[in-house]
Amino acid sequence: MKLKFILACTIGASALAAAAIPARAQDSVTLVTNAYRTGGFSGSGIPLGNGMRDYIALVNAKGGVNGVKINFEECETGYDTKKSVECYEQAKAKGNILYLPWSTGATLAAIPRLHIDKTPLLSMGYGLSAAADGNTFPWVFSPPLTYWDGASVALNYIAGKEGGMDKLKGKKIGLIYLDAPYGKEPIPFLTNMSKKFGFELQLYPVPAAEMQNQGALWLNIRRDKPDYLYSQGFGAMSPTAVKEAIKNNFPMDHFLGVWWSGGDNDAQAGGAEAKGYKSVTWHQVGSNFPLIQEIIKEVVDKGQSLTEKGKVGEAQYNRTVYQGVLITEAMRNAQKITGKKVINGEDMRRGLETLEITDARWKELGLEGFAAPMKVTCADHGGHNKAFVIEWDGTKWVKASDFIAPSIDEVLPLIDAAAKDYAKTDGWPKRSEACDAK
Amino acid sequence: MFYRETGQFHTTYAADMAVFPIRQDRIGLAIILGVAAVAVPLLGSSFFVSSVMIPFLVYALAAIGLNILTGYTGLISLGTGAFMGVGAFACFKLTTAFPNVNIIVWILASGLFSAAIGMLFGLPSLRVKGFYLAVTTLAAQFFLQWCFIRIPWLYNDSSSGSIEVGRRTLFGVPITGAQASPQTRYLVLLGIVVLMTWVASNIVHGRIGRSWMAVRDMDIAAELMGIKLLRTKLTAFAVSSFYAGVAGACMMFLWYGGGEPNDIFNINQSFNILFMVILGGLGSLIGSFFGAAFISSLPTLFKFGLPAIGINIAGATAEHLTFMVVGALIVIFLIVEPHGLARLWQIAKEKLRLWPFPH
Repeated sequence: MKLKFILACTIGASALAAAAIPARAQDSVTLVTNAYRTGGFSGSGIPLGNGMRDYIALVNAKGGVNGVKINFEECETGYDTKKSVECYEQAKAKGNILYLPWSTGATLAAIPRLHIDKTPLLSMGYGLSAAADGNTFPWVFSPPLTYWDGASVALNYIAGKEGGMDKLKGKKIGLIYLDAPYGKEPIPFLTNMSKKFGFELQLYPVPAAEMQNQGALWLNIRRDKPDYLYSQGFGAMSPTAVKEAIKNNFPMDHFLGVWWSGGDNDAQAGGAEAKGYKSVTWHQVGSNFPLIQEIIKEVVDKGQSLTEKGKVGEAQYNRTVYQGVLITEAMRNAQKITGKKVINGEDMRRGLETLEITDARWKELGLEGFAAPMKVTCADHGGHNKAFVIEWDGTKWVKASDFIAPSIDEVLPLIDAAAKDYAKTDGWPKRSEACDAK
Repeated sequence: MFYRETGQFHTTYAADMAVFPIRQDRIGLAIILGVAAVAVPLLGSSFFVSSVMIPFLVYALAAIGLNILTGYTGLISLGTGAFMGVGAFACFKLTTAFPNVNIIVWILASGLFSAAIGMLFGLPSLRVKGFYLAVTTLAAQFFLQWCFIRIPWLYNDSSSGSIEVGRRTLFGVPITGAQASPQTRYLVLLGIVVLMTWVASNIVHGRIGRSWMAVRDMDIAAELMGIKLLRTKLTAFAVSSFYAGVAGACMMFLWYGGGEPNDIFNINQSFNILFMVILGGLGSLIGSFFGAAFISSLPTLFKFGLPAIGINIAGATAEHLTFMVVGALIVIFLIVEPHGLARLWQIAKEKLRLWPFPH
C-alpha cells in the first residue's frame, strides 16, 4: 500500500513535471534568475536577490520596458551547481531570454550550451574571465569588468597612494584568497605585474574548509608584514579575514578586497574597528539616488519587497540594481535593433552587445554618479570599465576614490591567451553571429 | 492474482538459481527496460530527460559502486565523491590526449584509474575497521580534492580550473558536448548503466560476491574458511571505485558537460551517495536505484513539479519545504523499514504473491 502510494506519487509528479509549460501572457518576456536565499552563502544571496527583485518590480509597476512586462522568477539554487544546472534547463523550457547564473560553477556548466539554446548569459563581475573575449564567446557577457581588471584597479589605487607605479618597487603585496579557481584568478595577473614593477607578491591561500579558521594563516601574515593585502574571498571567508586582521593589528586601511569581499555583512563583522577596510567596486553604495528612492516608495513601502527598508542601498543590494539596469537597457537596445516588442534570447544577445550607458543616461535613469559610464562591444564583452574604491567608515561604506581605469594593456593579453586556450576544446564554434552597429 | 508463480516449474539447477526465477519478474524487467529505452526519450520533455533521468542514472551507478563496498563487503567509505572525481579527470585527460578513441571506451577505462586509486586507499581496510576506516576514506576525499585544485596538469592548465567537455561522436552522432541532445546522452548513459548493472549482478551472485558477503558477515570466520581477506577487500575497493569512477566520468561528460570538478566532487557528494545506499537498502542492487531516485530525483520533482500543477511557491520556500519533506520522509522510512526501500519492495512482492487471498 505504502509503496504503491509512493510509486503513484512519483509517477504522478514526474508526469506533471514533464507536462506543458503554462501559457505566457501577451507582451511580456520571461526572465528567470538563479538565486541562493538558502544554504551557506545566503548571507550574500539574500541582498543580491532582493535588489534585483525590487528593481524589476519597479520596472513592471511603471509599465515595463516600452510596455513589455517582465515575467520575473527566481530559481533557488542554494549555490549548488547541480541545482543550478536544473534551473538552467527549467528556465530554458520557459523561454528565458537571459541566463543569470550567479555562481561560477553554474556559469562554467552553462557556457558550452548557450549557442545551441540561443540564450545569452550575463555574469556580472564573476564567472569565466576568458569569456570577456566576445569573438570567442559571443553569448557570454561579463561587464563591467573581470577579476583581472579588479586586481589591476586595486594595484593602481595602491600605486596612487604610494605616488606612482614605480614606487611599488620593493614593496610587499599579499594576496589572501579562497583556495579554489575563483580565488586563484588574480594570481597570474599579479605575478606578471610583480615582475614588471618589482614588488614582492606573497600568497596566502585559505582552503574552502578552513574559511572560518584562519588563525594560522594570519600568523604568517603577521610575520611577513606585507605592505598591502588584497583579498579575493567569498562567503564566510571575508568577514573572518576582517576579524583576523583586527585581531592581528593589521593596518585596516592597507587591506583591500575584491567586490565580493566588500559586502556590508563582510565589514560589519569588524564593526567600528574595521574602519578603513576597502573594497574595489563599480557602483555606489547607499540609497541617496532618485531611482533607489523610487524603489523605496513604489515597492518597499507598499510591502512588495522581501527586504527591510534599512537594508535598501547596501552594497550587494545596489549591485543587482546595477544588474537590473544593464538588463533593461539591453532589452531596450534589442527592441530598437529588431523592431520587435517582445524579444527572445537571440535579440537579447544583440541588445547586450550594443550596450552603452553614458553619464547622461545614468542621470536620466535617476542614478547620477552611481557608476562610471560603461560600454560593451562585440569584441569586448567584459568592458574593462572603470571602477573605484569604497571604504568602511565603521558603520557603512563610503566612496573613497575617483573612478580608476584598469590597465587594459596588461589584462588583454591574459584574456586573449585564456580564450584561445578554451577555444581549443573540440567542437567549439567560430563566431558566426553578426555584429550590430551601435 | 497476476503475480503468482504457480505452474512455473524449474527443471534445471540453472533455472532454479536464476536472478529472476519468476516469469512475471522477467516480464516486468523487460517492460521497465522498454519504457526506459523507448518511452522516456520519445515522450519525456528535454527537461525531464536531462534533469531527472540523467541524474538518476548517474547516481544509481555511483550508488551501486558504494553498495558493493558498504552493502556487500561491509566497509564504510566516505570517499565516493573523490573517486568519482578521479574518474572524471581520468576521462578528461584520456580523451584530450587521444581524441580519436571513442569516448565510451574512455568513460569505461577511466574506471580503471579510480579503481587503482581506490585500491591504494583501500589498503588500510585490512587493519582498520568500522568508523576508523570511514576516517581513512575521508582522508582520501580531502587529499584527492586537494590534488584536484593543486595539480593544474589534471585540468590541462586551464585558467578557470575547469574541465571543458568537447564534442565526441558515436556513428557520427554527437554524444558529448553541447551539440549532443539530452536524449542521445540519456541513451548512451542508459546503455552504460544497464551493462554495468548486469555485470554487477553477475559479480555479486558469483564466487567473488559470496566471498564479499562472507567477509561482511564475519571476517574471521571467512578467513578460517580460506577466503583471503586482503584480496577480497581490495577487489571490493577496486570494483566499487571502478563504478564510482565511471559514474564520475558520466556525470561530467554526459550530464554536466563541463564544470569545476572541485565544486562537484566534494564531501557532500560522498554523503549523498552514502545516504542513497542506506536508504535504498544495503546489499541490494535494486535498492541503489530506489535510493538514487529518492535522494536525487524527488527534490527536483518537488521543486519543479509543484509549480507545474499550479501550487506556486517562492523558490526559497520550496527549497526549505523540500528539505523538510525529504528529511521527514527519510526519518519515516528508516523507522518503518530500517532495511531500506529494497526491503519494502521485497515485502510488497511477497504480499502480492498471496493477494487477493492472504490466507
